[in-house]
Amino acid sequence: MLGVARAVVERDLLLALRRKSDVGIALLFFVIVTSLFPLGVGAEPNLLRAIAPGVIWVAALLASMLSLERLFAGDHADGTLEQMLLGGAPLGVIAAAKVLAHWLVAGLPVVLLSPLIALQYDLAPALYGTLALSLALGTPVLSMVGAIGAALTLGLRGGGMLLSLLVLPLYIPVLIMGAGSVELASSGLSPAGQLLLLAAALVGAAAFAPWAIAAALRISME
Amino acid sequence: MTTAIKWFWYASPQTFFPLAGKIAGWCAPAAAVLAAIGLYIGFFVAPTDAQQGEAYRIIFIHVPAAWMSMFLYVVMAFWAAVGLAFNTRLSGMMASALAPTGALFTFIALWTGALWGKPTWGTYWVWDARLTSELILLFLYFGFMGLKASIEDERRADRAGAVLALVGVVNVPIIYFSVQWWNTLHQGASVSLTRAPSMAATMLAGMLVMALAFWLYSIAAAMVRVRCLILERAR
Amino acid sequence: MLAQSRAQVPSNGHPKFSLEAAGLACVRGRRTLFRDLSFALAPGELVRIAGDNGSGKTSLLRILCGLLAPAAGEVRWNGEPIGELGEAYAAELLYLGHAPALKDDLTAAENLRFARRIAGDDADQQAVREALAELGLPDPDMPVKKLSQGQRRRVALARLALPRPPVLWLLDEPFAALDPGAARRVEALIQAHLGAGGAVAYTTHQPSGLDAGVTRVVALGEGGAPGGGA
Repeated sequence: MLGVARAVVERDLLLALRRKSDVGIALLFFVIVTSLFPLGVGAEPNLLRAIAPGVIWVAALLASMLSLERLFAGDHADGTLEQMLLGGAPLGVIAAAKVLAHWLVAGLPVVLLSPLIALQYDLAPALYGTLALSLALGTPVLSMVGAIGAALTLGLRGGGMLLSLLVLPLYIPVLIMGAGSVELASSGLSPAGQLLLLAAALVGAAAFAPWAIAAALRISME
Repeated sequence: MTTAIKWFWYASPQTFFPLAGKIAGWCAPAAAVLAAIGLYIGFFVAPTDAQQGEAYRIIFIHVPAAWMSMFLYVVMAFWAAVGLAFNTRLSGMMASALAPTGALFTFIALWTGALWGKPTWGTYWVWDARLTSELILLFLYFGFMGLKASIEDERRADRAGAVLALVGVVNVPIIYFSVQWWNTLHQGASVSLTRAPSMAATMLAGMLVMALAFWLYSIAAAMVRVRCLILERAR
Repeated sequence: MLAQSRAQVPSNGHPKFSLEAAGLACVRGRRTLFRDLSFALAPGELVRIAGDNGSGKTSLLRILCGLLAPAAGEVRWNGEPIGELGEAYAAELLYLGHAPALKDDLTAAENLRFARRIAGDDADQQAVREALAELGLPDPDMPVKKLSQGQRRRVALARLALPRPPVLWLLDEPFAALDPGAARRVEALIQAHLGAGGAVAYTTHQPSGLDAGVTRVVALGEGGAPGGGA
């Protein structure tokens, strides 16, 4: 079973390596969106410092959602997804492996890039750690919950927009907990509570989302 | 054993069709009567509130609508789960039939909340915990209806919608509590819009009667819609 | 772990297994493609599923794989419904669908190796290259996007040439887009597999060199109960 999971992760990472532009574009989107806000609301430092956690989190959310469309679509189109349904491991395991590969390629770079964006917003350096940690805990949850939506909307016309409608409301608690943790830290309070909630959400999603993704994939592939 | 057979007997769309008609025929007038009573209590019998004056009376519609919006989502998810587990077509149709009514009540809750806000707090929209949760719930309903509408194949539509409804119903409490917390985090001087005045017995009675009226209306509307769906699918 | 528990096809001796389709019905959209379809498949048997385009050949094959739930009836593997067997059944079969199931950005060799690994088995570099050579592909390290249609089909079919394949082969139009030389190679692989005690069910709407050895023809037609006899 682990062998199959490893094969799936290796394959997806190899594919991402061979198509670096896909990866780069998602990351670029994240950076561009965060650059838009100061242009929209003005560059007053106090304002930017106040909205930084929320803006960075919303941008991470949007970037995650945009890259989710491609999670299953490619495999669905060329028939490899069907082979995975007939694979040597439970579909939930294979789905989790794909989500992991997706996070490594789309989510992890966002986590690593976040201090840079925080710098642009003049966020206090002491908060970088909390921000990165909240993103590190939250973006995998976004990937997993989003994958359920991606599986449900597989092959539908209007897929991308429909996926957003389905998935963004479910993202809201993660957004609140993630951005909220940084806000607490910036007011001198402890972010531990919200970070622990994010960790709990991560564990919960890791335990239950793969089965929902598998069920959704089977439904969409019939 | 006979009761089990009876359930699955009614799980067939053809047998359920006339039953649905009868239920609707009974619930609709009952709903109208109860609504009349409830509104009478709310607008004439219940005393004027010391702080909010007459404007507070809108809670007789706002609160029961909010209750219904959440209750119907749970019922919808229940029927969706039954459809997934037992592979019955009628359960999927029930879920589809309930969604628009649930969305309607969510919308009513949002509008009445806004109308309450204007005279009381001076602004139509306040990012209050309940209103924000209702807004997110509206998105969940639209997502469910949108997904079903986008899938041609009925069986796939029912089952995909069911998975979405179940994921949604698990998330509803999570969303509710995180929005509550978010509201306290950003609570400046603004007071909660939805802190209703301390309940006099008549006020509670009025809200309960309206809730019952809305519930009967929902049943009637769902039954009528299910009949339409049965006819559509039998084509 | 799963690989060892599969029914390996030994070089001598025939493993016992049986695939039964019982009362299958298929409804796609509003059309009943077939109903009341029953047949069985035993070691060494070759079943040809025939019919025009749109008659449900692919749907039947997918029902046999477990990818599609039938509107009625069930498929049984060694007496047990495949729904309950899950991956244990999937490990015993090799399904090649319409699409070649290849990633454009990987080489032929990489695609083949991943296909085996995802199915729960493995194949070393040597075996992969030999299988590709058997199907007449000159360069295993060529990225698939540079291959022609026919060559891609051959990469997909190379799975049949790997050692220790699963016992049951479900092939959807295996001869499509193949030139006569490649088609003969595939026929040879299928014959060898049958000889070693495997079973094959395939769909086609053209005649081939296998027709003489077919054990049973399942002819799908106008939506009624199809002919199930040989």
